[in-house]
Amino acid sequence: MGYVRGLVCRECGEMYDLAPLHVCELCFGPLEVAYDYDAIRHDISREEIERGPTTVWRYRKLLPIGDEPLVDIQTGYTPLLRAENLGRLLGLRNLYVKNDTVNPSFSFKDRPVTVAATKARAFGFDTIACASTGNLAASVAAHGAKAQMRCVVFIPSDLEASKITNIGVYSPTLVAIRGNYDDVNRLCAEIADHYGWAFVNINLRPYYAEGSKTLAFEVAEQLGWRAPDTVIVPTASGALFTRIARGFEELVRVGLIPPARPRMGLAQAAGCSPIVMAHEANSMLIKPVKPSTIAKSLAIGNPADGYYCLKVIKETEGLAGSVTDEEIVEGIRLLAQTEGVFGETAGGVSVGVLKKMAEAGALDPDETVVVYVTGNGLKTPEAVAGSLPEPITIRASMAEFESALQLKPEEVPALS
Amino acid sequence: MAKRRIRLFFPADLVTEPIVYTMGKQFDVVTNIRGGEISGDSGWLYLELTGEDDEIDRAIDWAMRRGIRVDPVEGDIIAG
Repeated sequence: MGYVRGLVCRECGEMYDLAPLHVCELCFGPLEVAYDYDAIRHDISREEIERGPTTVWRYRKLLPIGDEPLVDIQTGYTPLLRAENLGRLLGLRNLYVKNDTVNPSFSFKDRPVTVAATKARAFGFDTIACASTGNLAASVAAHGAKAQMRCVVFIPSDLEASKITNIGVYSPTLVAIRGNYDDVNRLCAEIADHYGWAFVNINLRPYYAEGSKTLAFEVAEQLGWRAPDTVIVPTASGALFTRIARGFEELVRVGLIPPARPRMGLAQAAGCSPIVMAHEANSMLIKPVKPSTIAKSLAIGNPADGYYCLKVIKETEGLAGSVTDEEIVEGIRLLAQTEGVFGETAGGVSVGVLKKMAEAGALDPDETVVVYVTGNGLKTPEAVAGSLPEPITIRASMAEFESALQLKPEEVPALS
Repeated sequence: MAKRRIRLFFPADLVTEPIVYTMGKQFDVVTNIRGGEISGDSGWLYLELTGEDDEIDRAIDWAMRRGIRVDPVEGDIIAG
């Protein structure tokens, strides 16, 4: 395992051998992967990475995977788009969109799951599993198919039919559980405890979370090997937010980018914003909430990494904000109208919070800002469907076409 | 005997209640506090419960009926 020293407790520092463990036996703190950064620094170079595959695996030395065969569906190295139109509207001259809607299963979840699935097979598991309301389920099912492992996915029984299709097409064993959210959550924890399966975000969580660092690695490389000044990250459990921060730190530590510490901007839906609420109350205690938002992929009321998100915000002099469902829809449409990127509701949260921060003067017009859009809009089309203008319906007549077009000038967006 | 690791969240009106002590007295479970933080208006505890599965279930149900939020130590497991 070349560059990995083992697992370490984030709270008490207790070390563990590499194994499917996620909680410290001493203090119940979360475990994470510990690396030998000196060895990585010695062996890694920009040139070697640039010659690597155009996937997350170009950063293999900074992931907890050695020589094991990969479970790879070609995830990552997604576009970093210079967002000139959106930037002009918001008064930001150096705005970029990290378009992670184009991953194989259409969300960023493929990043952590490719790492977790690779590790699951290396540990000898025959079954890979998760509990999810959408993106994670689809990604785990896709990777399970690629690895030809048994795959068991738990979903709430009231999940929308379109989402069930997006998961079911990969042919996992789909288990729909009746009960309220908390009941389902507790049952899944018990199932994970009782069965010797690879639950990607439970017993494989230390490895799983590492995959999200690649969203920092790629952005830095795509900016010409430098960190941005500020990033905006849609946040649910907090694993993505904390790992993007960690990713930039690691690049500095192994000498791939000059010293820098981007301001970390955390974005949540107002209907599920326990981290933003704690930040605004100047508290380090996360009070769980009952989610009520259209941003289902961010609807985690009791975020496991919430406390660590608050630490990152403090350490980076970062930002935190939330947006209403209406502002989420507006954010989705704004991104699509200006940059041609159709993000899901979490993308609307990112863009909505970006807009709020820009309007509040929290962002310098000349700083480099990256906004993360982490899932594809085709996963949540119902979020915007009711807010879009009706098509102009005409008979097959040029006169009627010209007449109709004049009647609808407001439908042509004016950006300049 | 089973072991279960849970996280209790105390709202303001229950912060001063001896919930863990009472749980150990009323149910045949061993309560073992492994971490936590209590402030004036809320708090949380990591608790390991050892006992028969059914008895652990009853102890957790009792705590929830008292108004305590009970979660796995991992927090929310169902992801988006």
